[in-house]
Order: sequence, then C-alpha cells, then structure tokens
Amino acid sequence: MLKRKASHVLAALFFFNSFFAINTAYAEQVVVYSARIEQLIKPMFDAFTKDTGIRVRYTTDKEGALLARLKAEGKNTPADMLITADAGNLWEAARAGLLMSVNSEVLSKNIPAHLRDPENAWFGLSVRARTIVYNTRKVDPTDLSTYEDLADAKWEKRLCLRTSKKVYNQSLVAMMIAEHGEAESEKVVRGWIANLATDPLSDDTRAMEFVAAGRCDVTLVNTYYYGRLMKKDPNLPLAIFWPNQNNSGVHVNISGAGITRHSKNEKAAIKLLEYLSSKKAQNLFADVNMEYPVNPEIEPDPVVAAWGSFKQNPMNIVKAGELQTTAVKLMDRAGYR
Amino acid sequence: MSIPLLKLENIRHSYGEQTVVNDLSLILEKGEIGCLLGPSGCGKTTVLRCIAGFEPVVSGEILINGNEVSNAVFSVPPDKRRIGMVFQDYALFPHLDITANINFGLHQLAKVERRSRVDELLQTVGLIDVAKKFPHELSGGQQQRVALARALAPRPDLLLLDEPFSNLDVNLRERLSIEVREILKNQETTAILVTHDQHEAFTLADQIGVMNQGEIQQWDTAYNLYHRPASRFVANFIGQGVFLPGKVLESFQIKIELGVLTGNIHQERQEILELYDQGSQVEVLLRPDDIVYDDASPLKAVVEHKAFRGADILYTLRLAGGSMVLSLIPSHHNHVIGEIIGIRLEADHVVAFR
Amino acid sequence: MNDESFGITTKNKSVNLDFPHNILSNRYRRVTGWRLVAFFVAALVLIPIGVVFSSFFSPETDIWLHLVETTLLGLLINTFWLSLGVVVGTTLLGVSLAWFTAVYEFPGRRFFSWALLLPFAIPAYVTAFVALGIFDFTGPVQTTLRTWFDSDVPWFPDIRGRLGVIIVMTLAFYPYVYLLARNAFLTQGKRSLEAAQSLGLNRRQGFFRVALPMARPWIAGGVMLALMETLADFGTVSVFNYDTFTTAIYKAWFSMFSLSAASQLASLLIIIVFIVIFLEQQFRSRIRYAETKISQHADRIKLTGWHTWAVTGLILFVLFFAFILPVSQLSFWVVNSYTHDFDKQRYLEFLWHSLSLSGLAAFLTCVVAVLMVYSVRRHPDGMTRSAVRVATLGYALPGSVLAVGIFIPIAWLDGQLSGWAMQLFGVETGMLIQGTLVTMLIAYLTRFLAVSHFPIDSAMQRVTRSIDEAAMGLGLSGWSILQKVHLPVLRTGIFTAATLVFVDVMKEMPITLMTRPFGWDTLAVRIFEMTSEGEWEQAALPAITLVLAGLIPIILFMRQTEKTS
Repeated sequence: MLKRKASHVLAALFFFNSFFAINTAYAEQVVVYSARIEQLIKPMFDAFTKDTGIRVRYTTDKEGALLARLKAEGKNTPADMLITADAGNLWEAARAGLLMSVNSEVLSKNIPAHLRDPENAWFGLSVRARTIVYNTRKVDPTDLSTYEDLADAKWEKRLCLRTSKKVYNQSLVAMMIAEHGEAESEKVVRGWIANLATDPLSDDTRAMEFVAAGRCDVTLVNTYYYGRLMKKDPNLPLAIFWPNQNNSGVHVNISGAGITRHSKNEKAAIKLLEYLSSKKAQNLFADVNMEYPVNPEIEPDPVVAAWGSFKQNPMNIVKAGELQTTAVKLMDRAGYR
Repeated sequence: MSIPLLKLENIRHSYGEQTVVNDLSLILEKGEIGCLLGPSGCGKTTVLRCIAGFEPVVSGEILINGNEVSNAVFSVPPDKRRIGMVFQDYALFPHLDITANINFGLHQLAKVERRSRVDELLQTVGLIDVAKKFPHELSGGQQQRVALARALAPRPDLLLLDEPFSNLDVNLRERLSIEVREILKNQETTAILVTHDQHEAFTLADQIGVMNQGEIQQWDTAYNLYHRPASRFVANFIGQGVFLPGKVLESFQIKIELGVLTGNIHQERQEILELYDQGSQVEVLLRPDDIVYDDASPLKAVVEHKAFRGADILYTLRLAGGSMVLSLIPSHHNHVIGEIIGIRLEADHVVAFR
Repeated sequence: MNDESFGITTKNKSVNLDFPHNILSNRYRRVTGWRLVAFFVAALVLIPIGVVFSSFFSPETDIWLHLVETTLLGLLINTFWLSLGVVVGTTLLGVSLAWFTAVYEFPGRRFFSWALLLPFAIPAYVTAFVALGIFDFTGPVQTTLRTWFDSDVPWFPDIRGRLGVIIVMTLAFYPYVYLLARNAFLTQGKRSLEAAQSLGLNRRQGFFRVALPMARPWIAGGVMLALMETLADFGTVSVFNYDTFTTAIYKAWFSMFSLSAASQLASLLIIIVFIVIFLEQQFRSRIRYAETKISQHADRIKLTGWHTWAVTGLILFVLFFAFILPVSQLSFWVVNSYTHDFDKQRYLEFLWHSLSLSGLAAFLTCVVAVLMVYSVRRHPDGMTRSAVRVATLGYALPGSVLAVGIFIPIAWLDGQLSGWAMQLFGVETGMLIQGTLVTMLIAYLTRFLAVSHFPIDSAMQRVTRSIDEAAMGLGLSGWSILQKVHLPVLRTGIFTAATLVFVDVMKEMPITLMTRPFGWDTLAVRIFEMTSEGEWEQAALPAITLVLAGLIPIILFMRQTEKTS
C-alpha cells in the first residue's frame, strides 16, 4: 500500500517536473519577445545561430501583451530583446523605461537616422511603406497626388479605408499631425471620412479587394499586402501610386527592436541586433515579406523593386509614437472607426 | 341502462414479445371507485397507463363515457381524454409553487374561475397555509394532497391514481386513504386506483380487481374477495389462510381433518360445487378466523408459532395429522409454544378448489 | 492527514448505531473544509480580477473624458444590441435544436445530434472571416449576383452590419446553449411531461410550460456563457470592424498605451456580468429543478410529414453556415497553400501541445468545478455562494486583460521568490513559476471555470437533497457521498463541461500566448501567427487541424452520452 503510494508520488513528481521550463542559463543565448510573427523572424534567428553559435529563444505575442509582460517582470525578465512590428510600441517601451540605450557604430551606420530612436533605445529593421493603391480602370494616376488630397471632394464615394484601430493608420495620422498640426490633420481625416464609399474595412487586403471589385477607387495600404495580393492574382486592376513625392514623402513605419533594460545577455543581444541590421539579415528581411530593408545598401526583393523607388518621409519615426494617442483621439473625433 | 364511465374490452398490451396485459376487461360506473390490486409486475400500472393514453393497446378497446379512446390502430392523446392522474412519485412541478401546481390544469378557465377553483381545492385538501411554498418544502403527505388537488382541479371525468400512498408511512397511508375516499365521494369523482396494498384497496375502493400476470382474476367487492375468492391466487393474495385437503361428501359437504364443513355452500357457490363431483378430492381454504379457540373441544392442536397482533394473537397450529392451520385467537388466551390447545371449526363460507 | 480540512472521515465509516449524533458531529467538522475549497478557488480568480480593478488607483480621466465625448455611447449601444441579439439568437437556436434532437425521432437524428456540436470547434473569428469573404461585396455570392443582374445589387443585405455580427456569433456560440439544454431535456425524464398531459396540455404546451421552465438553470447557464463570450470577444468584432465595449478596451490599451484605462473599462464588464448572474440566481433561489425521482426517458416521438422536413432543414441550414461552409473554405485554402507552412514534425508538436493542454485544463477545471458545486451544496450560505459566483467571473473578461491580470501577480511572486533565494542562498533562480505549465493551467482555470461550472452546477440541481441525507444516514462521509452518490449523477454534466472547456482552451489565444513556456506553441498560437499579419489563407492549415482535433472530445462526449441515455 505504502509502496504504491510512494510510486504515485514519484510519478506525479516526474510528471510535474516536465512542466517546468528549464531555466538553466545557457552560456550564450538571447531571449527575444517578438511581436513580429515567427515566420517573419525565424529565418534571421536561424542564420544568426548558424553564424555565431548563439542560441536564440523567442516567444511571440501581441505588442501590448509583451509590454505588459516586461513591465510585470521588471528586473527579473528573462527577455533580452523586444521586437515589434511598428514604431509606436517601441516608443512606448522606451518611454516606460523597458529598453536600454545602445551605442553601436554598426547600428548607426546600417540604419538611417530617421528610422531609429534619437536616444538609441530602439532601431528599425525593416520598412513598411503605406501608400496609395488605385483601380487602374477607374482612376487616372495623374489625378492622384498626396494622402491629404484624398480628402478632396473629387474623391467623394471613391475612397476605401482600413479601420483606424490599425496602428499603421494611427502612425500615418500621427506623422501628419507632426507635419501639419492637429487642426489641419483633423480636416484631412474628416475629408477622408466624408469621401468613404463604404464603412472602414478590417484589413488592407480587403480594402484592395474592394477597390479591385469597383466598390471604391482608391485606398491606403502597406505595400507588402499589395505584393501578396498581386502574387495570388496578377490580373487584378490594381496599381501602386507613391504619394507626397513633391513634399514630405511616403509614410513609412518600421518593424524594429530594442534591448531590454534588464537584459542578462546584453552583449549577445547587441550582437544579434547588429546582425539583424547586417547585409545578410537585411536580405532575409527583404525576402520574407516583401518589406523594404532598412539598410539603404540592400536592394529590396525584385518584385518589390519593380514597383519603383520612392521618397520616404524623412521625419524621425519617433513622432509616430509620441503622437499616436493624439492621432487616435483625433480619428475618434472625426468619426473614423 | 346508462353508459358505463369506463369500459375496457379485451385489451392487450405488450412490450416487444412480452405480453403484460392479456385480454383484460372491466367496467366502472359513474361515481364508482375501482381498484386494480396485484403484486408488482402484474401489469396493473400498465393498464392504468393504457387508460391514460400513455401506452397504446395492441388489441381490444377502451371507452370513456362511451367514446372509444384506444384501440389497436388509434389512440386519443392523453390530454384529450379528460382524465386526471395522481402519480406514484406525485410528479409535482418542482419549478412551480403549490398554487401554480394546482392551477396548472386550469388553463381553459377564466382567471377568476381559476382562482376560486384553486382556493376551493386548497380548502378541500387543507393546504391553504402552504399555498405559496414550493413542492420540495412540503412533507410527503402534503405533496400527496397537492398531487390530488392538482389532478382534481380540472374536474376530470376519470381520476387515475397510481400507487398514490406507497411513498408514505403506514399511519399516514391509512389516514390519507380515508380522507381521499371522502374527497372523491364528495366530488362525485369516478376513479381507478392501482396498488399492491390490499388495505389501501379495501379502504378506498368500491370494486376491486385482483390482477395476476396481466389478467383480472376477480372483479368484486372487498368482502367477496376475502370470503369468496374465485381462484387460488386470489385466495392466497388476499388475507391469510391455509389449504387443507378434503373430500366432497354426498350431502354437498366437505370432510376435512378438522371435521365436516357444511357452511352455505349450496346457496352461495353453486357454480363451484357443480364442478366437484361427489367423492372427489378438493383443497379447502381455511382463514385464521375460521378456527376458534375452544378449551372444551375434543379437537386438539399444538402451538407451533405465535405472532402477537394486539387484540389477537395469530397462532400457527399443528394438527394431529401434521398439517398446519392458522388461528386468530383473542390475545388474553396466551399460550406458549408447544402447548396443546383445543380448537373448533367455525366457518361460514366454504371455499374449496380442486 | 487532511482529514480535518477536507472531511475525509474514513474512521467514521463503520456503522454506528448512534448515527444521528455522528452525522451532526461530522457535519460540524466538515464546515471548514468544503468552504475552504470554495474560498481558495474564488481567491485564485479574485486575484487577477483584483489586479484589473486596482487600475482605478491610477485614474485615467483624460482617456475617459475622451471616450465619453466621442465613442463611448455608440459603443455601449452597439454592445447592447449585439448582446441582446446573441442572447436571443443562441437561446432560440440552441433550445429548439436541443428539443428536436432530444425528444423527437427523425432520419439522421443520431448523427445530427452530435454534428450540431461541430461548429463549436471552429473559432468564431474564423467563421466571421469566412462569412465575410463569401457574402461581402467582393465575395463570390455578390459577385455572381452582379454578373447575373449586370448591375450593383444594393438590395443585398450588408453582412458587415449589426445583423451580420449577430448571426455569425449566434452560429458560433449556440452550441453552449444547445449542449446544456439538450442535457437538461435528456435528464428531465418523462414524468413531468406526462403529468402535464394528464392535466390536458398537449406536447407543445407541455414544452413551454414544463420542459422549458424545468430546463432553466441549464439554458441560463448556456446563455450566460454565450453572453460572456460575446462581451469578451475581440476577434470576431474586429473582423467585422463592429465596435463594441471591448474595442474601447483594446483601443485604450494598444493604441493609447494605457493598460489602466483598459482595465478600468474591463472591470465594468465584470460588474455587468456579475449583476446579470446575480439577478438570474436571485430570481430562482427558492425554486428547485429536481424531480422527485428520475424516471425513464420518454420514448422519442416520430416526426412525420413536413415536420421532418422543417426540422431537418433547420439543422442542415445551421450546419451548412456554421460548419460546412467555413470548413470547405478552410479546406480549399489548405489545398492551395499548405506547402508554405506544412512541417509534419512541427504540426504533430502543435497538435500534441494543444491536446495535452486542453486535456489537462479540462480535467483541472472540472475537478475544481465539482468541488465548488459540492461545497455550495454542503454549505448553501451567502458567503460560499458569493465565493462561487465570483469564481466564475473570469470568463467575462477579454482574454488579454485577464492574461495580464494573471501574469502580474505571478511575476510579482516570482520576483519575491528569486529575491529570497538570492538573500538566503545567494542563488540566481530567475523566474520559477512563470513560464511553467503550472502558470498556464492556473490561468486557464481562472478563465474557464465558468465554462465547467455552469453545466456541473445545473446537473447538481437534479440531485434531490434527500439523496444526500439518505447517504449520510448510511454513514457515508463527505468524500464518499460525492464519489458514490453525486459523481454518477453528475456524469453527463461533467462530460459536457469537459468537452466545452477542452474545445475552448484549444481555441484560446491571449492566455496561451502570454503564459506558454518557450517552445510550447499550440495550434491556436499558429493561427495567431498567421492571422496577425493578415495571412488568413495560411491560417487555414492550423485552423483545420484545430477543428479536427476538436472533433475528438466531441465524438468521445457523444459516445458517452449516447451510452447513458
């Protein structure tokens, strides 16, 4: 009887033991919290491990959840690096003191100044350009000019927009506020809403499908969504137009990273960060998702290159974070859902 | 002649291969209380459920008020039969309070009428005080009364009671069955009761059918069932008694070990008598009250066993020839086991089977 | 060793002639034990809820003012209509389907009765996405119509509107009501219906006046789950871009970087649900739902003529839109794009993680739910009741908010532990609890206790109290009564609960994402990875695997219940 009990206890112990994650510190490893999804980041990690022998362990989640997690863990956090798919959350992480300032010549050299934090708490790794896509059968591209122009009455019932809840639209408006001020920007956003052909849509792809199907004529999307959609159906009557080429340039957001303040493997983490900005990793960034490499020396994917080159908005992307809340409130006021 | 309220004609019911009701017929007049009495598994509840319409009949027919409600091909649904039913487990609606339970069947009445009918019934069954309680808050006896009131509320043509007192303790059972009979008679309700308890049947019913293996053995009054059972089964099932071998004599008398029985065989059981030729061997039923204590009697028996019954003691006595008889003797005649006592035969009715 | 606290009183099992006294003393001794279970679990759930409520210590007047001035009223109106629509929709659909499959006989009845659970295996947002893809302006239906009529079809209902969300959510959540209501109808026994018939009510009247009211705890439980799921939903409404209260929560958190404001908003959800639960239970506090005796089931009534067609038609209609259509779309996508992502080894791993986590969580939540339900039965006082009510509130919170609420105290505890370890032993322990499956399971418990509680609680309503008393009279102690008397009766309830939790956990995202140990990716995590960058077609593979895995408990469940009924 006793023997059986003892064996049960042992079995239970073994069982539970297997539940506990191994916390053994590897000599060389980097722990990453990533809001950039696995398949868009794993190839770079694999390459890094192959080249350096440093192990990368990562977990993915939404930005908000990862930030909350870092805050809760405080100095005990196992994370060395935070990767996000937008600038706003990196700015917030830096503001909340979750990231450390990194001074690295390699990073300064590889990453243009406007795509990294002025305090060096975070760095852009790939560029996500938000541009105009239009129906080639219904729109003469010479009628297109700027984001702001889409507020003009001539686009009445011709515009489709993705929801304002998506961070890319929030960044776009935030950068607009940085450039024109709140009042002017609100006028633009109200103009967009007045021109909507249908209620805001839940994602970029759907917005383009609506344009292609003739429900509306123009929309604003990130270029890689356009790339993906055209790859699936090259015959869609859609084309990219690069707006604001004569003034501020195309709005870009970044997918980027920063080193956590309480990183236990700071050196290895910086090494990884530098690696991600390097030529090799940047090429992978260009390949995996038809995004633009942040490193200006690297050519984008040939498909992407075929869309033509464009002038980026040179204003530091940190503004997207600083003004994000203002932008969200503005869009709420303007009735942009 | 008036149409009987309930008429069953040769009904038959079976679950698959197994026949549970076999060619059963009975008639119940308006205002009468009938009872189906029998051991468990005899098919009595099935008959009740056939009358209610919960079970179909394989053949035969059921008529209520002269209208055919069940036959082999057709069955009026229970809700169209104008019957009321009191279930063995009462089946009170647990989610409704007492008033709502009684009110349940009154859906066709106007609101005012409903209220007065519910009040009337609460009065009748003496449950005014608990009108707003829920079934689980009542005692077993109270629940029973609610079940009765609920079934009576819509003034059914026929009330069916399925072992209504079997969940109650003995005292309550007796008291309630008297009460229920009074209520039924006052309301002039025709009712049919199913039970395995003969005392319940005796107190409540006017006519009792003793059932065995899907058939009614005898449909009769309580008195006749006891004193003039039509079959060995009925004789055995109702009351106590033993069978002693006897021989039919010329003068329509039967000779048994204890003497010769004359009784009133001739008038009362002529049909039985005709069956038995002179000189043939029969078995005679002796009830405990057929044998009385008589110190002076030459007939002696040994006390084998005794059971104290209060006013009486039920003695099991061994006769000289070895057969056992029962005798109910006033309890002041207290004999010990093994004692030899004098007895005398005093039978009014002679019941004999071949 | 735990005799005192858990009421294991084996020594009193022997027959004791003096038993009335024995019962009393046992009861007295058990008081602490059973209540402790309830209080402990309630506390466990209360911690994350407390964390959420503690957000009021850091006021966010700015965001609140902004919300009140701009969107809040609209969001509340949207949420109200959505909740009302889903409550009405799931009740109508769930109860009617349950009634048809539990009481009637018609061709395919056995198959349909379990097939109707299938839609539950599909995450609501997947159904939503597929429905939009098919019925929206760019979808094949409208495109075809436009070609036929050679013009726009403005008369075509806008699926992105309120009605569309309500329909999709109803189709996704009706299984809660269906499963519980069916359970109620199957265990109801025929006696009450017969009583109703003997009182002159036909079958239909009997349904509305007896069967339906007697199934109320079950139906209410199922509807509560559907309502909580609706209130906490973010995925489905964002596919439709239909703004609800949850939208405001996520906007405050993700867009305005204020977790406090998000938590404050979320605590309002808890209050709403608490009030609804409280009112519902208050309303039926004195009513009982146990029949005096569980009699045999009624024979099924054969449906004939157009009734058969109507019922079969309704079932097929539901199955088509809630299951066949989404699964066909997913299969189509899988065939088109599976090569991108398919890695047998990894998918087996996802599958194993999903199954084992769901299984463990289902087991744990059911055990705890039984203990809680039982402790209320033993001690039906206000304190214990409230404790249990509180313990089921975790389901009303949006998953991510609850995930943070769980994570913060665990991280804090971990910090304390490692601090002590440092002080006492000079060892750097790192995180001890966090990142283990234990954390995950506790998190699942706090979220899904409601899902296991409602079915088991309503099953307990079927057990008359006299059974307990009889068992105590026979000298059985607390544990033995539970084991020998209640568990057999609760069986169907427990199976229902386990099935629901299993499938729910498998679909669950925010808690899984936040608390999973490194490498413990599940099918749901994979779906998240794909959909968060809009790669819906690639999400089809994990999604369909998830649906298939969800069939396992559903089929097991149906086998079990067919056996018992």
